Amino acid sequence: MTEQTTHPELLTPSGKKETRLFAILCATATWSSAFVLIVLLSAVVFKAWGWFDWDFLTSYDSRRPQKAGIFAGLIGTAWMIFFTILFSVPIGVGAAIYLEEYAKDNWLSRLIRINLANLAGVPSIVYGILGVTVFVRAFGVFGDDGHLDSFVGWSISELNFLGVKISLPLGEVVLSGAMTMTLLILPVIIIAAQEALRGVPPSVRHASLALGASKWQTIRNQVLPAAIPGIMTGVILSISRAIGETAPLICLGIAAYVPFAPGGIDSPEALMKQPEGVLQAPFDYFTVIPIQIYNWALDHRSAYKGHAAAGICVLLLSLLVLNGLAILIRNRANRHIRW
Amino acid sequence: MTETKNSAIDVKVEKAASVREPSTHAIKIESQNLDFFYGEHQALFDISLPVPERAVTALIGPSGCGKSTFLRTLNRMNDIVEGTRLTGKVFLEGQDIYAPKVDVVTLRKHVGMVFQKSTPFPKSIYDNIAYGPRIHGMKDKNKLDEIVKTSLERAALWNEVSNRLKDSAMALSGGQQQRLCIARTLATDPEVILMDEPASALDPASTSRIEELIFELKEKYTIVIVTHNMQQAARVSDYTAFFYEGKLIERGVTEKLFTNPAEQQTQDYITGRFG
Amino acid sequence: MFLERPRTAEAFKERLIEISLFLCAFASVLTTIAIIFVLFSEAVFGLSGAAFFQEVSVVDFFTGTRWSPVLKPQEFGVLPLIVGTLWVTGVAAVVGLPIGVLTAVYLSEYAKPQVRNVVKPFLELLAGIPTIVYGFFGLAIVTPYVIDPIFQGLFGFKVGTFNALAGGIVVGIMIIPMVSSLTEDALRAVPRSLREAGYALGSTKFDVVVKIVLPAAFSGVVSAFLLAISRAVGETMAVAIACGSKPNLTANPLEQIQTMTAYIVQATGGEAAAGTVQYQSVYAVGLTLFLMTLVLNIISQWVMRRYREVYQ
Repeated sequence: MTEQTTHPELLTPSGKKETRLFAILCATATWSSAFVLIVLLSAVVFKAWGWFDWDFLTSYDSRRPQKAGIFAGLIGTAWMIFFTILFSVPIGVGAAIYLEEYAKDNWLSRLIRINLANLAGVPSIVYGILGVTVFVRAFGVFGDDGHLDSFVGWSISELNFLGVKISLPLGEVVLSGAMTMTLLILPVIIIAAQEALRGVPPSVRHASLALGASKWQTIRNQVLPAAIPGIMTGVILSISRAIGETAPLICLGIAAYVPFAPGGIDSPEALMKQPEGVLQAPFDYFTVIPIQIYNWALDHRSAYKGHAAAGICVLLLSLLVLNGLAILIRNRANRHIRW
Repeated sequence: MTETKNSAIDVKVEKAASVREPSTHAIKIESQNLDFFYGEHQALFDISLPVPERAVTALIGPSGCGKSTFLRTLNRMNDIVEGTRLTGKVFLEGQDIYAPKVDVVTLRKHVGMVFQKSTPFPKSIYDNIAYGPRIHGMKDKNKLDEIVKTSLERAALWNEVSNRLKDSAMALSGGQQQRLCIARTLATDPEVILMDEPASALDPASTSRIEELIFELKEKYTIVIVTHNMQQAARVSDYTAFFYEGKLIERGVTEKLFTNPAEQQTQDYITGRFG
Repeated sequence: MFLERPRTAEAFKERLIEISLFLCAFASVLTTIAIIFVLFSEAVFGLSGAAFFQEVSVVDFFTGTRWSPVLKPQEFGVLPLIVGTLWVTGVAAVVGLPIGVLTAVYLSEYAKPQVRNVVKPFLELLAGIPTIVYGFFGLAIVTPYVIDPIFQGLFGFKVGTFNALAGGIVVGIMIIPMVSSLTEDALRAVPRSLREAGYALGSTKFDVVVKIVLPAAFSGVVSAFLLAISRAVGETMAVAIACGSKPNLTANPLEQIQTMTAYIVQATGGEAAAGTVQYQSVYAVGLTLFLMTLVLNIISQWVMRRYREVYQ
């Protein structure tokens, strides 16, 4: 009891009030994000109520709100993402392997690294300008008034290759979209894959090299398999970004109203009946989910606001599935490999 | 070439231990006037060390003395560290392993290595052992089975894992993992095995199993082992080399070096006055 | 010489692999070169007809106060677009930066691990939502149910269906996860010893956080701010939907505006014929946007490198 009287100040905490206030402020700020997220999601679901149904998923867009659906966007997004994965994963992982396993510390590799960091910060719309100029219009080289025509007096506007019609320049086709998206997400994939490779302990490389494996054998057989879960997570996250990305595709001039599926493949039966459509699909016009949403959101008729919300539900659900997949992969990998 | 080699040992033996070695062992691998640099920092100074065939040579010394660096020069594992430089020569049966035409991958097939921390690949036990032979072009399933079996037998692991070869190697205990790594090295059929403190992360029981194993392996292989544990060096090795501050201070028959060292520094170290 | 196994075929294969991997990595450099070339091609060189900056002088472009690419008389003063962008960026900064930093402080200094494990996924979700969804949220929820009741209902200001404020708010929400995660990294890089020294001097937690940890992490926080602002400048869909498409040199954030990005969307989505000044103006605006974000990113990286040097 005597100690209390000798040092009474020990019992009256100093500055307790501001500390508590500040802590409450920080907590409020943090939870406000969660609150906004919940409001956002419930608002979207509320607006979509009554519009999000099976017909919405299986119908093409229409000038009559009751009939309009997102089928063209679903199919188009699937095609575009398929080719985006096809292009971006090998190039991105290859680049990451080079930077992590091969590159020596010289000016060239430093340039590549700095450049990557900057590319990741370039606004997506700039990629759209790049895509429309290089892929969609091919710098205006082809076509009737193209540079080829004015310099040589002859031009070409369509190739026919094994029955596949390829217009020159490509125009707003699946392939143009996929190539633009590839450039857009490459930096993200490379950075994610680099991190995954860095997570593989050097001892694995040393052990493999000590057994007489060559550098590439070591990477292929040991490093890459061990890094796959991390790479997959990064790929899925960047693909999620590509699915929701809208601005560069609007730049490419991709239309919202497309009343057919690329390659004419609108059902499994159509695929069986004319499998050659698979080859035509990358060179066909298409639309994607977010462009349909954009178009509906800006339509002055209020019924289309419901379509926009329903489209957002489709978009968010597909992202949810993808991200769930990413988490699943991450957890499985953590269970199996523990360094 | 052979003549210089022999004379080098003679000189060394006389200078170092001043006792005659019962030299029934031929020389398998040998460094001559080896200097090694990490960038500007010199880590090894003029190391000339012959390693006798089918015997265990222990490298001892306080941490940072260069014994691990020296070990890694013997199969050129230091090549993968950027900014390192080496002068002098290392001969494997008379062939200079740093000669321009030498293929590192082939060299490492002949000179295998076991690391301090066990490094099983995150694969099955079978695939771990079969990895070496496979990358060297072995495809025959029966032969692979055979190699896996003999390697595991030689590493004294077969009885413990024969019924679960398809299980993940990561599930083995620490001691078993280390023996797996030894078996994996044996599977590539090396002549020399380098071991970098192979038992330092293990419990005493596992350690003594590894030591027994080393004792058996020297029947067939030349072994160089780095250890910070002097008792271990005394127990398992036939020859011992003492490193201090990047220099080879003394080298000789283990028994002699431990009971009657020629150099004061060796004496100080083995009696525990520093290190 | 048994170690000299001839391996020409294999060595060639290894070399070939290394070269292809290098080309993959170099593709990113080519992308940058392509971006710069494309932007310059129409803005400065004039690949199709005369270049934009031959038709419109650089001075007129940067000082003109009227942007009218279609209606005659055509005028290309980029200031209205830049001011539109600045409105959105400014509002976003006011909303996003403080909340982001406070969130980071909460997560790194106050929150228990269990709370972190709940909040982090929320923030990741927020970061993963496509920007078009934020645009829809701004147009369909923020303007009619938040801005309108407050400004029109309480103060009697006229609120447009499209307005700069709504866009700024949603972009602000969008950058919260980015600011908080980068700031949290910076706070965590502050050594424990510094905090302990503060406590040993008898400071309260508030004192330690506000007077020791935050100042120590200052350059990291600045770097996070710059990156977030760069992101807000380049943001497109949210503002194209929520803020509208009318170039407007205005001091009133409740009016419809157009940002640089929204103009690019509008002009390329429409039918501007190649070779016309209107078409080329996209490249001039794109180039301006690219340079602005590039400068912000470079400064941010420079600041970040400085703080990494201090504690590593």
